[in-house]
Amino acid sequence: MRREEPVIEVRGLKNSFGPQVVHDGLDLEVKRGEIFGVVGGSGTGKSVLMRSIIGLQTPDEGEVEVFGEPMIGRDEEEAKHVRRRWGVLFQGGALFSTLTVAENIQVPIREFYPGLDQELLDEIAAYKTAMSGLPGEAGAKYPSELSGGMRKRAGIARALALDPELLFLDEPTAGLDPIGAAAFDQLILELRDALGLTVFLITHDLDTLYAICDRIAVLADRKVVAIGTIPELLALDHEWIQEYFRGPRGRAAAQRETEGAHA
Amino acid sequence: MPPLMSVSTDFSSSLEEGRCTLRFSGSLTLLRIRKLSEQLEEVEADKLIVDLSEVERMDTVGAWLVHKLERDRGARITGASEEQQLLIDHVARADMPVKVKRDYESPLQRVVGEAGEAVITTGQTLYGLLGFFGALIISISNILRHPRRFRFNAVTQQFEVVGVRALAIIGLMSFLVGIVIAEQGAVQLRQFGAEIYTINLIGRSSVKELGVLMTAIMVAGRSGSAFAAQIGSMKLSEEVDAMRTIGVSPMEALVFPRVFATVLLMPVLGFYAAILAIIGGGIFCWISLDIPPITFVQRIREVVPMTDLWQTLIKAPVFGLIIAMAGCFQGLQVQGNAEEVGLRTTTAVVQGIFLVIVLDAFFAVFFTEVGWL
Repeated sequence: MRREEPVIEVRGLKNSFGPQVVHDGLDLEVKRGEIFGVVGGSGTGKSVLMRSIIGLQTPDEGEVEVFGEPMIGRDEEEAKHVRRRWGVLFQGGALFSTLTVAENIQVPIREFYPGLDQELLDEIAAYKTAMSGLPGEAGAKYPSELSGGMRKRAGIARALALDPELLFLDEPTAGLDPIGAAAFDQLILELRDALGLTVFLITHDLDTLYAICDRIAVLADRKVVAIGTIPELLALDHEWIQEYFRGPRGRAAAQRETEGAHA
Repeated sequence: MPPLMSVSTDFSSSLEEGRCTLRFSGSLTLLRIRKLSEQLEEVEADKLIVDLSEVERMDTVGAWLVHKLERDRGARITGASEEQQLLIDHVARADMPVKVKRDYESPLQRVVGEAGEAVITTGQTLYGLLGFFGALIISISNILRHPRRFRFNAVTQQFEVVGVRALAIIGLMSFLVGIVIAEQGAVQLRQFGAEIYTINLIGRSSVKELGVLMTAIMVAGRSGSAFAAQIGSMKLSEEVDAMRTIGVSPMEALVFPRVFATVLLMPVLGFYAAILAIIGGGIFCWISLDIPPITFVQRIREVVPMTDLWQTLIKAPVFGLIIAMAGCFQGLQVQGNAEEVGLRTTTAVVQGIFLVIVLDAFFAVFFTEVGWL
């Protein structure tokens, strides 16, 4: 695949729930190797956009291509080989509650590569666990025995189980304390650099946006109103964007980022 | 001496001056890892050199394999591109002791442990139920002292859910049970030419035992489980905690209306069930045994003593109390995850029905001793 070809391409997406139209004519392109942030007010359909791309929600109209392959209307068997090239972290981690963390990580591997011997599976689960920054004893624990932050890390470990090229993250830092959130940002950056991931990231966390996102898409009025780096977005004259980035929290995050860069 | 070469599909190994060079090619990924690790087992040389210059794709699993060769067999890595080296380093950094398996317990230890835990849980549950009963009495006395705290709407709603909506299913069930008793009784009694006693059987068993017992089982399944599930999910979403912080007692707002409605409605439902069972039996007698309804009703009035009805009316509220308390108690015990709601709901039903049957046995002995045969 050529480097310029977009990893995700969404054209003319329309989603509605009854009379309520969430997206109408939404376009989007995510390039290979970037960390792509999606922001928008509550109810602008950020999660619905992600669900449309990964095929959990069938849109009314529009096209979605992932790795250059059309995703809408594909049957499950055909979509499977695309699915194994991405990993998804849901908001609450969505770990299988009856399995330990290590078993959770092994689920996708068993599904796509049956017949691997248990020893190797355990080794893979072990280094994925460590790679996600979980402590050594976490592998044998059940999700209910983990804290919220650890559950998210375990979720990442499972999302990374098949060495995906593309990672979807739905509000990864929501509900984490600032230290945990910063560590999580760092983890995502590291993983991107080490594994060459493309990351599709939904977030409300301004610090995350400043710290790790290469480009940001702003959802409003049922479509993407702007895509660009933060300086590019700041130069735009859009009321919501200005309020979002120039509000007290936005300014504080920007300041922290510049201070961080000088330090 | 020419170097020894052996070529497999996945890598080639050549032996040179006592050093074995493994030359990987193509993609070094999860897809091929099983075959690779088997073949690598067979390579026995000690001084390994791993040549990655012909590897096109490598994922973390491939990197892990290379890292293991380096770690366990002291292999030297050559020809890795910058990105591949980065990946190997990254994986190597993640190589730390991680516990993957739960600690092993011998089956004997586990069985004994589980038995012990079950005993402790049972003791704690009984103790908890006793405490719960106390809390319920306190909240009842609070409501009596401050009648304004009686939640009229909640109680009427529970009346509807526990009582009115259960009428159809309890009626149908009792009607069918009545037919079954009549049918089975008639077959046996016919052998003695005592078919007419089928009526005694239907009347007495329905009014005294079956009506109220079947109703209790149905109410436990319908309402006891619903109480546990409702309160359990409220507990999970912290609604119960929110109630407490606002100053509303969950005992008064959630538990009391449910217990009150169940205690009050159980006798009504039990009586209703008994009547429907008698009707079912009566219809069977009319159709199958040619006993006209008039005779049937007359005979029922003669053979069913009033004390049978008293027994039902005394037992029913107690059963209702037990069922509702088990449901609400288990609901309030929920903590942690959604799975717990399911477990607690099951426990509530099982506990409710079990306690009802145990108590029924006590009642039977008691009433016999009292002389209410």
